[in-house]
Amino acid sequence: MIETRGLRKSFRSRAGRETKTVDAVRGVDLTVAEGEIFGFLGPNGAGKTTTLRMLATLIEPDGGEATIAGADLRTDPAEVRRRIGYVAQGGSTWDESTAREELVLHARLYGIGKAEAHRRAARALDAFQLTEYADRKCKTYSGGQRRRVDIALGIIHEPKIVFLDEPTTGLDPQSRAHMWDEIRRLRADGMTVFITTHYLDEADALCDRIAIMDHGEVVAEGTPAELKREISGDVVLVGLDAAATPQAAEVLDTEPYVNKLETGDEGGLRLYVDEGATAIPQVLRRLDHAGLDLRSIELHRPSLDDVFLTKTGRSLRES
Amino acid sequence: MKLLRDTWLIFERQIQLLLRNPVWVFVGVFQPVMYLLLFAPLLKPALNAPTQAAAYKIFVPGLLVLLAIFGGLFQGFGLIAELRAGVIERSRVTPVSRLALLLGRSLRDVVSLIVQAVIITLLALLFDLRVFIGDLLLAYLMLALIALMTSAVSYGVALKVKSEDALAPLMNTVAQPVLLLSGILLPLTFAPGWLQGIADWNPFSWAVDGTRALFAGDLGNDKVWQGLSIIAVLAAAGVVWAARQFARSVR
Ligand SMILES: Nc1ncnc2c1ncn2[C@@H]1O[C@H](COP(=O)(O)OP(=O)(O)OP(=O)(O)O)[C@@H](O)[C@H]1O
Ligand SMILES: [Mg+2]
Repeated sequence: MIETRGLRKSFRSRAGRETKTVDAVRGVDLTVAEGEIFGFLGPNGAGKTTTLRMLATLIEPDGGEATIAGADLRTDPAEVRRRIGYVAQGGSTWDESTAREELVLHARLYGIGKAEAHRRAARALDAFQLTEYADRKCKTYSGGQRRRVDIALGIIHEPKIVFLDEPTTGLDPQSRAHMWDEIRRLRADGMTVFITTHYLDEADALCDRIAIMDHGEVVAEGTPAELKREISGDVVLVGLDAAATPQAAEVLDTEPYVNKLETGDEGGLRLYVDEGATAIPQVLRRLDHAGLDLRSIELHRPSLDDVFLTKTGRSLRES
Repeated sequence: MKLLRDTWLIFERQIQLLLRNPVWVFVGVFQPVMYLLLFAPLLKPALNAPTQAAAYKIFVPGLLVLLAIFGGLFQGFGLIAELRAGVIERSRVTPVSRLALLLGRSLRDVVSLIVQAVIITLLALLFDLRVFIGDLLLAYLMLALIALMTSAVSYGVALKVKSEDALAPLMNTVAQPVLLLSGILLPLTFAPGWLQGIADWNPFSWAVDGTRALFAGDLGNDKVWQGLSIIAVLAAAGVVWAARQFARSVR
């Protein structure tokens, strides 16, 4: 559905008298299949929005090429526009208009006739539970309601692909869960959904496939499960009193099944093992044997954050 | 035709939003009326005109051109608000004609200017101003072209600078010499030669002279067709340039 090769974009920005070049996106290759929810995961400034804006024909790439829903981004941007929907990170509604007016106008800008535009607006308002507020000015909406109008605008013309730039940022947990349901419904309707996020759980739970982006480059691509599987082994977190920690570290460091051992800041140990399920009983036995008291023990499966950590040397949580 | 349809869609929305805003009605209508009622009485003695009607024949066209220039030049502020709200970007991902995005907005500005002009003309009629209807319509055409040009330029500049902080001083810097060098408020008949010489390079000076000739019923005056052609060419250039900014604006 989407195929990009070597997509690049740099911005020149002026700070004082110096002009600096920011390489926002440096060679992105992606393949997105029809009917999947594809997630773009990355920290602030990774280049997610810039990539999306290029794919949505809003800015011209400096280099590379892309085919979107069968249309060539370079040679036929007008056709690309007809086949995609795009929902910007920062919202897109006008304070003084109502949701219904916005939806009708937006549909008509896609060439849809007046009567049909009204029908579609009514249907979209219904689907996104907005009917109650449909004829109130947008400035009176809550953040979540306004975000739902944005998404409804992006799909009013029933595009093959919709790009959603951080659809759930700023929503409370309940609205987020609702938004996930809406996005899954779009997929059920046969739409290909391309979202960006910097939430690990969102990428993990919602997306069929993800690409992890950092500093303008894709550092990993695959299903969440595949990516996590690449990180070999599990992590066992051993909770101990600070006083007992050094001795426990000494005892466990020599065990053959412990690949690596780290001491936590406030006591406790992090053990990297091949197989958590078999390691835990052995750890328990060994500590018991040494007469050390254990406060807790936890098996930690690798998360997407661990994937990010191994690929970039940084944690996504910290950045 | 797609361009006409798209332009109408944008225009319709903009007019709808304009009418929803009572502040505009107040500012747009009362301000010029104040000029007419409070400033004009000073004119007859100042211009040394034989009658009040003669003074109006000079002052009203100047006032209308002034409104057309300023009404247009400051429209960019509204566009920056739309830019910030994401409305422009949202329009730019649709296949809508980029020229229509500009024309729909500029036409709203033209229409609201013409409404102001009609109100002022009607009021001036009460003060014994008399203009032949054909001349008046040509004068309105001139005003419409001026407003089209200034609002298009304002939109184009707004898309380039993207911030009110940059737009305000820029527009003021443009507007001030344009105003002083066009003989808008007072004719430049008594200006020294060098001032006249500079004013000849100001297209709005030609527009004001042309409009005054029309209000004076002097249709055959060369200034009429000269003013109209100069402004028409500039309006076309302004529209083409600004539409291009709509097509390529980044964020
Ligand atoms: N118009 C622009 N002019 C100059 N620099 C820009 C522009 N747009 C983006 N950048 C820079 O490009 C880089 C990538 O920005 P981008 O908005 O694509 O990041 P992002 O991954 O979407 O981040 P976030 O999660 O914060 O939305 C950043 O360093 C940003 O400052
Ligand atoms: Mg972003």
